[in-house]
Amino acid sequence: MADLIPETGLVVAHATPPTPEHTSLWKRLPVVHQVRTSVGLQRTMLLVGIVLTLVFLFVAAFAPLLAPYGYAQLSSGDVNFGAQQPPSAEHWLGTTVGGYDVLSRTIWGARPAFLVIVAAVVLSIFIGVVVGLVSGYFGGWVDRVLVVIADALFAFPSLLLAIVVAIVISGGQSSMWGGVMAAAISLSVVMIPQYFRVVRAEVVRVKAEAFVESARVIGSGPVRIMGRHVLRNSTRTLPLILTLNCSEAVLTLAGLGFLGFGIEPTKAGDWGYDLSRSLSDVTSGIWWTAVPPGLAIVLTVLGATLVGESLNDLADPRLRTRRAAKAAALSPVTAVPGGVATDRVPGVESIDELEGPSDLFDDDEGLRS
Amino acid sequence: MTNVVDITDLRVSFATDSGTVRAVEGVTLQVASGEVLAIVGESGSGKTVTARTILGLLPETALTSGAVLLTRKDGSATHDIVTLRGNDLRDVRGRDAAMVFQEPSTALNPVFPVGWQIAEGLRAHRKLSDKDARAQAIDVLRLVGIPDPEHRVDHYPHQFSGGQKQRIVIAQALVLDPGLIIADEPTTALDVTVQAEILDLLRRLPQEFGSAIVLITHNMGVVADLADRVAVMYNGEIVEQADVHTLFSAPQHPYTRRLLDAVPRVGGRRLRDRVRVGDELEAMVVDDSATPVVEAKDLRIVYPGRLRQPDFTAVDGVDLVIRPGEVLGLVGESGSGKTTIGRAIAGLTPISDGSLKVHGVEMLRVKEKTFRPVRKRIGFVFQDPATSFNPLLTIAQCVAEPMVVHGLAPNPQEARPKVDELMEAVQLPKAFGDRFPHELSGGQRQRASLARALILGPELLIADEPTSALDVSVQARVLDLFARLQAELGFACLFISHDLAVVDLLAHRIAVLHRGVLVEEGTGDEVLGAPKHPYTQRLLASLPVPDPVEQAARRETWRNLRAHG
Repeated sequence: MADLIPETGLVVAHATPPTPEHTSLWKRLPVVHQVRTSVGLQRTMLLVGIVLTLVFLFVAAFAPLLAPYGYAQLSSGDVNFGAQQPPSAEHWLGTTVGGYDVLSRTIWGARPAFLVIVAAVVLSIFIGVVVGLVSGYFGGWVDRVLVVIADALFAFPSLLLAIVVAIVISGGQSSMWGGVMAAAISLSVVMIPQYFRVVRAEVVRVKAEAFVESARVIGSGPVRIMGRHVLRNSTRTLPLILTLNCSEAVLTLAGLGFLGFGIEPTKAGDWGYDLSRSLSDVTSGIWWTAVPPGLAIVLTVLGATLVGESLNDLADPRLRTRRAAKAAALSPVTAVPGGVATDRVPGVESIDELEGPSDLFDDDEGLRS
Repeated sequence: MTNVVDITDLRVSFATDSGTVRAVEGVTLQVASGEVLAIVGESGSGKTVTARTILGLLPETALTSGAVLLTRKDGSATHDIVTLRGNDLRDVRGRDAAMVFQEPSTALNPVFPVGWQIAEGLRAHRKLSDKDARAQAIDVLRLVGIPDPEHRVDHYPHQFSGGQKQRIVIAQALVLDPGLIIADEPTTALDVTVQAEILDLLRRLPQEFGSAIVLITHNMGVVADLADRVAVMYNGEIVEQADVHTLFSAPQHPYTRRLLDAVPRVGGRRLRDRVRVGDELEAMVVDDSATPVVEAKDLRIVYPGRLRQPDFTAVDGVDLVIRPGEVLGLVGESGSGKTTIGRAIAGLTPISDGSLKVHGVEMLRVKEKTFRPVRKRIGFVFQDPATSFNPLLTIAQCVAEPMVVHGLAPNPQEARPKVDELMEAVQLPKAFGDRFPHELSGGQRQRASLARALILGPELLIADEPTSALDVSVQARVLDLFARLQAELGFACLFISHDLAVVDLLAHRIAVLHRGVLVEEGTGDEVLGAPKHPYTQRLLASLPVPDPVEQAARRETWRNLRAHG
């Protein structure tokens, strides 16, 4: 009898485990978990994205060590580099029309790109999440007004806004921080509504869940409910938006530089600026000034986008591909939709004990009324 | 008699994130034409997967082996569904076997008229004019008992009631005159009075259309009412197959016996009359003179209408009293206002008019600040144990939450001894406290939910359909535990349920709600033994009992009631 206990979800495996909570913290980290669970093309896409992103971060961190020259260096010793020199042993990727080393400029360019990502995300994510949480939880007219404002902000062209901010900050031609902040501030105007809408939508969903109601029944205050029960359950789509916004940040900075509102060449490397100066080179057959910064932009954006898109696909069970079922290596378990793992608990002989004796049903007949 | 379906050694496994899992292991099953075969079992036993295989409806992650031979109604063709692909499979679906889904409100497309949706099946298999298709749709709607089909054929799904929608889904399955209809929990989403109507319709199908039915259900009452033969599934295997009378009168397999024992019956054994004093069991006495824990007088709860729609009165002038230590069962169908009353007592829904006193606090226009201290003395058990726990907190943290909120413990760790004590009381091992909610089964979660509701030692517990999301044997255990704890701790309880048998098991007094009005109230024997109000009588007659012989007699009573009422 003990081996045949009709408790649901007995000797049962997860049908779709959210994240196995007892695996090590390392395996539960957002991206690591996805890499482990993905297969096939989806896994390749995710891995390519991760590699590209890691290369970008590495280059940004170690630019002074990797770059042969400084970003504003025009000469080595007493010898000028010369303008538009083709690739050579001294200058692996040649020099620009202004006489800078292309490879060095491209490597140094990763730093402002990284800074603009950090600045834009920091500026927007906290405000967006907090406002979305409060607005979604309390609802009412404040919520409606905020949603209208957010929708209006979506219509703002971020590049145009970035130009205005760049002019306000430093009159157009600016220092590294001037250019980075111009892009970051204008981006935050567009990104805050994104975080706001996403978090608000999740909060509206989560606050209708029974566990939020049960917190209310217990007598928890709104701050505790939002902080402990709602917020953490509403952030699952944030990594996705974050990665997609990273690529948007890089593109905006490059656009500013290309239009001449970016960072001065003497203050930092700037891919957009280099691209704009190489426009005339392209028609005269000089490829080496345009391709490296262009590739840098493309690969950085591609890396972030691939990570974001893969995370999106993997988060959705309908889009996620799985390893095919193998007839050979079957474990003796049965699936339950939304089922539950119940392995043996120390000190408990059988699951029967967990469910408790059912003697009230069996004992003394006389108690039937 | 020929077999419509012949399943031989069917095995199905699924690829999931945690590896391959087997859902069906070696099922062999035959369905004769015109026969009603019920597949019973608990969630996860593989009954739905088995039935869906007959139509080739499994997801891509499934790996199937074995043979499923489906024969056309006129015997002209036999196909092995497992090997069919693409167009061949589509040709079989609808014509040889059709499906009736559980939830009629989601099985119909809301943007098309029902007649068009019925005709869609016809168009998929035959070339015919719109006029003919429409005529056939009207015919089949009339057959399933939709009044005024010529007019109603152009209506959209939202213009029909839940029971009518299920009739339309059945019409959709019938229109191609298939030899087999697979009904996957066809009445689970419906109220008990509507369920009786749908069961009546389903019973006519084999006689009038010659279709066999594969009925998937967990409700033994439905099985007793409808089935000719029963297959009991457990863990992906069929443990017992027998005709319905043999199965109910002499179940062979221990699992079947256990399943049948666990089904609550009206007028069956009761748990409520027991109090444990030491090891002795004594009859529970409710002191009628004590100050009531909950006292409602002419209680009204109105949901304001939106966009010029009229207001909806959910609760309309209800008087009720719950005394200390008493279990009041509140019964009603969906929309009767039973959950609204429970929520109002817990302070989740504001009341509109009348008076509701909870622990002496008047709830009409109550301020949260006034009510906060009272919350400590109220416990609440929610219907769905899967969603009533924050998935990111451990069970111990969830159970400790009330103590932390009311300042009785600075953090969940400090509350742990008390949590362990409660876990023991609900018969969960202490180690489960460190697990996350999704790592527990439904019954275990509902125990934890009970622990959370009881940790502050409330004088009043509101249980809103606490067992309706659970399988029947798990339900029996949870109810058992519930009765035990109630007897030991002596809290008053409002037990809300749509299931008369469950309420009869636990409640000292039963109140029947119908459309926001309290139609009948009294002890279990009064209300269920000799119901006075016609609605209660109808409710009671609609409830299928897990006994084919008795159910046949009850069906007659029900038919008479329906004919006269």
